[in-house]
Amino acid sequence: MKHILTTIFSLFILIAFSQETVYPAKEQKETIALTNATIHIGNGQVIENGMIIFSKGKIVDVRPTANIADIKIIDCKGSHIYPGLITSQTDLGLNEISAVRAVLDKRELGEINANVRSIVAYNTDSKIIGTLRSNGILLANIVPQGGILSGSSSVVQLDAWNWEDALYKADAGIHFRMPNLVARRMWFRQATQTNPMQAALDRIEKLRQFFYDAKAYYAIEKPEHTNIKFEAVRGLFTEIDAYPYLNWKGVKKQLRPQQNFYIHAETVKEIQIGVAFAKEFQFKPVIVGGADSWMITNYLKDNDVAVILNQMHSLPITQDDDIDQPYKTPYLLQQAGVLFAIGDVDENSRGRNLLFNAGTAVTYGLTKEQALQAITFSAAKILGIDAQTGTLEKGKDANIVVSTGDILDMKSSNVIHAFIQGREVSLDNKQKQLYERYKYKYGIK
Amino acid sequence: MIQKLKLLLLSLFFVANLYAQETYPVNGTTDNRLEVYAFTNATIIQNAQSTLQNATLVIKQGKISGINIPVPKEAVVIDCKGKFIYPSFIDLYSGYGIAMPTNASPTMFFGARQQQFVSNTKGAYNWNQAIKPEINAFQNFQQNETLAKSLRAIGFGTVVSHAQDGIARGTGALVTLGNEKENFELVKEKVATFYSFSKGSSTQDYPGSLMGTIALIRQTYLDAQWYKSNPATEGTNISLQAWNDNLVLPQIFDIGNDKYNALRADKIAKEFGANYILKGTTDLYQRLKEVKETNAAIILPLNFPAPMDVEDPNDARIVALADMKHWEMAPYQPAMFEKANISFALTSSGLGSVNDFLTNLRKAIHNGLSETTALDALTRIPATWINVYDKVGSLEEGKLANFFITNHTIFSDSASIFQNWVQGKKYIVKETGWDNYNGQYIFTINTKGTTHFFEATIKGNTEKPVLTLKPYEDTLSFNPTLTLNNQLVKISWSNKADKGKQNNLSGIIDSDAWAGNGYLANGDVVTWKLYAKKELENNTKANNHFTKQKDTATITIADVVYPFNGYGWKEAPKQEKILIRNVTVWTNEKQGILQNTDVIINKGKIERIGKNIPITLDLSWKIIDGTGKHLTAGIIDEHSHIAITGGVNECTQAVTSEVRIADVISPEDINIYRQLSGGVTSSHLLHGSCNPVGGQSQLIKLRWGKSAEEMKFEGADGFIKFALGENVKSTRNSSNNRYPDTRMGVEQVYMDAFQRAVDYQKLPANKRRDLELDALSEILNKKRFITCHSYVQSEITMLMRVADKFGFTVNTFTHILEGYKVADKMKKHSSYVSTFSDWWAYKMEVQDAIAYNAAIMQKTGLTVAINSDDPEMARRLNQEAAKTIKYGEVNEEEALKMVTLNPAKMLHVDKRVGSIKVGKDADVVLWSEHPLSIYAKSLYTIIDGIIYYDREKDTEQRKQIALEKARLIQKLLIEKKKPANTGRMQAARPRIDEINECEEDHKHNHSIFEREDEF
Repeated sequence: MKHILTTIFSLFILIAFSQETVYPAKEQKETIALTNATIHIGNGQVIENGMIIFSKGKIVDVRPTANIADIKIIDCKGSHIYPGLITSQTDLGLNEISAVRAVLDKRELGEINANVRSIVAYNTDSKIIGTLRSNGILLANIVPQGGILSGSSSVVQLDAWNWEDALYKADAGIHFRMPNLVARRMWFRQATQTNPMQAALDRIEKLRQFFYDAKAYYAIEKPEHTNIKFEAVRGLFTEIDAYPYLNWKGVKKQLRPQQNFYIHAETVKEIQIGVAFAKEFQFKPVIVGGADSWMITNYLKDNDVAVILNQMHSLPITQDDDIDQPYKTPYLLQQAGVLFAIGDVDENSRGRNLLFNAGTAVTYGLTKEQALQAITFSAAKILGIDAQTGTLEKGKDANIVVSTGDILDMKSSNVIHAFIQGREVSLDNKQKQLYERYKYKYGIK
Repeated sequence: MIQKLKLLLLSLFFVANLYAQETYPVNGTTDNRLEVYAFTNATIIQNAQSTLQNATLVIKQGKISGINIPVPKEAVVIDCKGKFIYPSFIDLYSGYGIAMPTNASPTMFFGARQQQFVSNTKGAYNWNQAIKPEINAFQNFQQNETLAKSLRAIGFGTVVSHAQDGIARGTGALVTLGNEKENFELVKEKVATFYSFSKGSSTQDYPGSLMGTIALIRQTYLDAQWYKSNPATEGTNISLQAWNDNLVLPQIFDIGNDKYNALRADKIAKEFGANYILKGTTDLYQRLKEVKETNAAIILPLNFPAPMDVEDPNDARIVALADMKHWEMAPYQPAMFEKANISFALTSSGLGSVNDFLTNLRKAIHNGLSETTALDALTRIPATWINVYDKVGSLEEGKLANFFITNHTIFSDSASIFQNWVQGKKYIVKETGWDNYNGQYIFTINTKGTTHFFEATIKGNTEKPVLTLKPYEDTLSFNPTLTLNNQLVKISWSNKADKGKQNNLSGIIDSDAWAGNGYLANGDVVTWKLYAKKELENNTKANNHFTKQKDTATITIADVVYPFNGYGWKEAPKQEKILIRNVTVWTNEKQGILQNTDVIINKGKIERIGKNIPITLDLSWKIIDGTGKHLTAGIIDEHSHIAITGGVNECTQAVTSEVRIADVISPEDINIYRQLSGGVTSSHLLHGSCNPVGGQSQLIKLRWGKSAEEMKFEGADGFIKFALGENVKSTRNSSNNRYPDTRMGVEQVYMDAFQRAVDYQKLPANKRRDLELDALSEILNKKRFITCHSYVQSEITMLMRVADKFGFTVNTFTHILEGYKVADKMKKHSSYVSTFSDWWAYKMEVQDAIAYNAAIMQKTGLTVAINSDDPEMARRLNQEAAKTIKYGEVNEEEALKMVTLNPAKMLHVDKRVGSIKVGKDADVVLWSEHPLSIYAKSLYTIIDGIIYYDREKDTEQRKQIALEKARLIQKLLIEKKKPANTGRMQAARPRIDEINECEEDHKHNHSIFEREDEF
């Protein structure tokens, strides 16, 4: 009897929680060509009936399909090929189950958490990751929360054994949480704040002091006491080669700050105060949220500020707003020439609808290629990883998704292959396994 | 020592109160007076209908002896030439002289709040702490001179005072606003009884929502009725006894801040044969028709909103158009009530400062309210309602001598109240200006033995008269500053020639001259005198006291739209005869999808479906070209919490089947309109999920602009929300003390509840009617149906077994994220299922939720719906259904049925809606594309053959909103510049809409104002 129980139990483990048998893929050994597909480069270009060849993790060629010898060919006839999708802001791997404190690692205590690093808590074994990967999302920017300065985010690829393995770009941005400037409903209470503006300005002033002190600290070559908070934000003040992998012949090198300054802000005033703050220290500002960014597109463009719209599936801010306002915000930014990415921080579907947020933007004005760009190339540019990925161009990492139909429309979105750095990754996940288990129970084919 | 102190206090007391009662011993000597006064030469406003010129009012010992009767020789005569005498105002809604209970702190357990299940009040009272009809204001009344003085200053003489605390608040007393001993000010002990929807200082948890409050009121009516039979099982219940006793009194119901509460209170009144006088709000005009239909008498407050400061465009952005419009329109409300012929009284209650009362009253008159109606609403009407018109409310023989004296008609801006007499006792409001010094005088200044003569004139407002002096030997006159303070006078002026140096005089006014001394700028000491030459003609003559009534028809005001927000209708859309040509029709019937088909909608129904239907078209037809477009049945959301006000959860007990969403529908929720734009035509509005047996739900059609009652899906079966799992066992409360705390306890809550219902049904007819058990009995008798919030398989099975035992079926499992694990069992039990497409991992019990759930359940033969439980996602339910194609390869037609026909079936309305079939309700959506594509938009959403959403009209409406907002912003900017508004502007604030979900742990970031603050 005991024996039977043990067998059943082990079977249960195997089947119900067998995600542990979903392995990260091994390094790409053989050169692969995906052929006969519609290739969406990610920069607006589309190649009908194209092929893409990649080797040792890098894209070697993208061109119309032609006969080719000696390499592995995967015929993708009728399918669409896309760059691996990128989710620009997420708590993936830091938040396994939102309501369970034990599995939450997204928000640290403290006000100025400059030195907090999301990457070290990123759990590559999270059951959520597989549900994103199987929808074509292959890269993610893992963002910490809490305080006015939350710490640094890192970009990861979503098929890894551990966080070091997953790392795509480390500590590439510092996150500034703009305090609310307008009275909002307080959590669990009907009351609202009394003077949110002043409270916000007071908090910002302390942060300003922090950065002035940091600058002063950097002026000393060997400080007596090392301040780990100041050390953690040096990258905001440091410029690096924007495209280190490219060979610049006679072209002036492009520089960019080592770390982005992400400003989590929604209203016009919040955005403007945040951008002014960044300018004061010559940081590279990126607005995250940006619900009202459509109202000041000229300002954003003039100041070269990019926007990550991370909650497009939102209700309008006020009851008088255009009822489709959040849906059409991408179109308004696109029209004005503001660089933007679309994100998905939905806490219920857990971020797997990134592609459908982009699809909604198509319904409300963008072209499909523009919408795709907002979750590939533009996202890569904003995150500072466009030299490696974001488009299907020669020399870039072979981060590739193949869908049998239009990936942005749930009616046809069906990912059949995905490659990260040339490795064909598993599209299995816990949900598919439970699906199989119960199809088996009920004899569903 | 203490004895001495007491004596001292007592003696002080009696000195201050001349009118000691007969029964009270006198310390000192008696001081009885005649108290006969005659007010002569006055304009006496007897009541709103009768004004007497040059009349005399005689009062004696606190009562009116008569008007224009011979002046008794013992009367003190007060000359009121140029003065107006009004019956003083009456306020029915006052807390004057009643101490408010202090809020007790809730029960805590190691820093966490613990629920309090029954009343904390000691004694033989009601189980619920907010039901306290036994409180009698007259027993607690204490004269409060500070407050009385401020009320006298704005014309009030009598108020009905009650303890403004709790749901049943007990009785109110009629008191006058003098500062005599309470024995004299208390005119009548019980004149009315009061109710509200606010539990006030009660620390008890129940009721925790508006619907709970309404349920409690209902149950208390029933309990009180039952208590009349002296049930032994109840013992003595002082509260229920008082409730019954109070029923003979006028019933005044404070509706709080929500205009729709007027209709809610009225519904209760009609149900229990009560007749409420409703204490209203400033925005009742927004639903004037429904308010009038209640036939209720209304007490209107005058606390019009202060203008908002919208100078900063970012502030202007967050202010709702509805709030701006309301600021503009609120002062018109009394006039609109008058025009609509609704009987109303006015109250000073709710004003930030009572000093605003007259200002706002005059504003209302300026905006069309007639003076006669205004006066009636402050005197005769309130007195009549509480049956005390024999005592107060007009100036007639035998009534209390309650009146005030002014210099102009009280409704004019320049009027001042000088004296307010309460029960024949004079209270001076303002002394300066009572005497009219206007006239021509001779002014002399005597310095160093020389007298300088001036011609002097005084004219203008009697409180701030203007003095003009002209030296006899000169032609140039000048205006010194004249300052009057009762009898004291100051005169000062400066001479340009003297480089602005001041000459200052002061003096006193006596019966025939003004005289005093002073310094001139050059230091000379002077004496001065002013004496009459001849009096100017008094120009405050008033032939007809009331100014001509303004023609309300000529007043232009912004439009009232329905509902009152940006997207409200000025003109509601009507039922049309619609022909949709050449469209792809997703019938949801056996015919499947029909290409190039015509559909005719008429009289709210689908009349005909066919190809190239030949009809004779005329102008009465609305023709829509459907080429390339798709027509589907309207989307039905099985699980929604929109359009609900006052809370969606009554968490305070494990079983709350007595509460009803039907009581708290809010037709104003903008999400109704937003969801129409996503093709939703019906929503099942559910109670939340915090207790095993929640409240009764309500199916509505999204008839934007209609009233709550009109939105209800007529004839639909009643449903009730049940819930299982983490929420009902209060998982998030670390020190929960409400049973159940485990899934084991959840089962026993059901076993107990249904057993009680079974036993209850066997009781004799004279049993205590229990609304909670009534609802449970309906379930047992298959008259009410369950939709149960559920996640994990164990509890799903448990509830089915409970149902089996009691012989009913769990109609619907909603959310049902582990439904795929027990699909076969649910099929056998004949349940329906309604789920999310792809939600998971937001709480422990949904870690096994899978996006393939709907597909598995559908393939095992269950009827599956996809629901929203989310006002944002409800706008995209067609896409949520489409996800079942991606996750589980569900057939397209079956996928669409998951948001149309299938929810209709589980809500038992599939005979009316859910498919496109001749004879069914014309609840349809015309989509721009394949309805399951993310690229599809609703072009028209039609309910009952009425186009409630039209994408083109919507575009037009947005322009209108922008224009109207711009107009009001300009108007508010002008307001800000007005000196009168300095310090009166209110800061811009957003309209924070109530957004409900069934649980707090899957919150959507709806909009920035709803988001959790980071602090």
